[in-house]
Amino acid sequence: MTAELLDPRGAARLIHEDIGERPWRRTLRLLARRRTALAGLGVVLFFVALAVLAPLVAPYSPLATNWLLVRKPPSALHWFGTDEIGRDVLSRVIWGTRASLSAGLVSVSLALAAGVPIGLVSGYLGGIVDGTLMRMVDAMLAIPFLILAIALAAFLGPSLANAMIAIGVSQTPIFARLTRGQVLTVKHEDYIEAARAVGNREYRIVLRHILPNIVPPLLVQATLAAATAIIAEAALSFLGLGEQPPDPSWGSMLNTAKNFISQAPWMALWPGLAIFMLVLSLNLFGDGLRDALDPRRS
Amino acid sequence: MTAFLLRRIALIAPTLFFVSVLIFGLQQLLPGDPALAMAGENADPTVIAFLRQKYHLDRPLPVRYALWVEGIAHGDFGESIRIKRPVRDLILEKLPVTAELAGLAMLVALVIGVPAGVFAAVKHDTAIDYGATMVALWGISMPNFWLGILLILLFSVTLGWLPASGFVPPDESLRQNLLTLVMPAFVLGNAIAAVMMRHTRSAMLQVLGADYIRTARAKGLSQTSVVLRHALRNALIPVVTLGALEFGALLSGAVLTEQVFTIPGFGKLIVDAVFNRDYAVVQGVVLCTAFAYIMLNLFADIAYVLINPRLRA
Repeated sequence: MTAELLDPRGAARLIHEDIGERPWRRTLRLLARRRTALAGLGVVLFFVALAVLAPLVAPYSPLATNWLLVRKPPSALHWFGTDEIGRDVLSRVIWGTRASLSAGLVSVSLALAAGVPIGLVSGYLGGIVDGTLMRMVDAMLAIPFLILAIALAAFLGPSLANAMIAIGVSQTPIFARLTRGQVLTVKHEDYIEAARAVGNREYRIVLRHILPNIVPPLLVQATLAAATAIIAEAALSFLGLGEQPPDPSWGSMLNTAKNFISQAPWMALWPGLAIFMLVLSLNLFGDGLRDALDPRRS
Repeated sequence: MTAFLLRRIALIAPTLFFVSVLIFGLQQLLPGDPALAMAGENADPTVIAFLRQKYHLDRPLPVRYALWVEGIAHGDFGESIRIKRPVRDLILEKLPVTAELAGLAMLVALVIGVPAGVFAAVKHDTAIDYGATMVALWGISMPNFWLGILLILLFSVTLGWLPASGFVPPDESLRQNLLTLVMPAFVLGNAIAAVMMRHTRSAMLQVLGADYIRTARAKGLSQTSVVLRHALRNALIPVVTLGALEFGALLSGAVLTEQVFTIPGFGKLIVDAVFNRDYAVVQGVVLCTAFAYIMLNLFADIAYVLINPRLRA
């Protein structure tokens, strides 16, 4: 035992045995018990596969028009029917997955990249820096999410990239607030005091000791924010401020479909269902992840 | 309590300052010359020069900001470059339409969300609870513009029961007014009902486990009395705050709902302004929305303190 303690690796093993299971392993174990969360993850992975393999799995080009096949109902050749200029709806839904998933990924990454540092600085330094930063965050939170995104997209110009920037900026205050709250909770913990007592520099304490301990709630929020970002991208594209025609996006497909609702209802059915399924799956997975990461649950 | 209220009110000033800086700053995002962007690529140079002078674009940024804020303080939000009318008049004209829609949507949310939350909590861990939780998740995940399209397909196109679009003012025909707003209000209220259901359920679960509820039951009170008179009254306190917080979601949703059902409200005003490059209208609408949100949150905080006996002292 003494020999093991003198050897750093042996000591680490003893400490590990003492605290039991590793957190990530415990999270995976708890997550595996939640069938709805796993089903959600499965559907999300299915959409990711669709987006990656779009050129291989889409039966037709999403941009190929055919004036002989205008607004044809679902058939053996066109499973989801065709749209107002004879494009295959299934192919456009498959290719549209890319716009939605990119919006989820890029917007949330932007919001994390901007919001987490603001929250870390604000929560750790406190005082006037915290007060000023939080009033700026309050100002951003005071403008409803989609209205801020619309305003930003309006001034930046309509495009998928600008829509993603607008959504990312609009989500930044949520991550800043969450991070700050978490920092305030952990910054007076004994291990932070210990890190300070042994002479660690401030930035090292924040990055090496505080940040890794506040990752779980950020991870959950990122999953749920991705769902919000996907709906927001679809909403902006529906309004004409996201992906521009003829490139496929679920939101812009719904925008066109609403003009043909009585003649070609299938045009509205599939892109809407795709948004709903992806968002529902992300929400199910996010809820499951939150429960699995909750230390109060055994 | 007074100290809390004073501190809460004092926080509004810096928040409003940053909101104004943010909204004014939006104009700086315009690529190139803002006057050219406002007037359009093929505009007459005299129009561009006029706009540059009118919006003080030839003055330094801080001066422009100060002049803009001064105008707003006097109720001058600028003028719509497309409709040639003051932005303030446009907002005042459209506001009642969106307010009515939002009010009806909130009613839908309360009527569905609160009873569903109470029922789910009382029947905790039963099929009813799981069913209600799944329905709430459905409500949160459903894009409201898609739900709107599906409802139009069912109730307007297939059954012919309700008008697919448009708006009739209540003073013209109250019946027609309500008929045009039934579907939009349901679409808009649906997602908020889901959020309310989740919060009511969680608040009720906490309250139902409290000692005073056990005492009420021990006294022999009926289940209805315990749930409605003792538990719900306390569980509803956080829901008041939630109502104000959901105002933002309501306005965001209104933009899309008004677009789907072609309702000439606040949301349609901002979307039309975006496509007309009517930036003064965009800024005016965003500013009003933010101001309303800040004030509603203040009122919600005050109401929270007033109705919660533990915080009143």
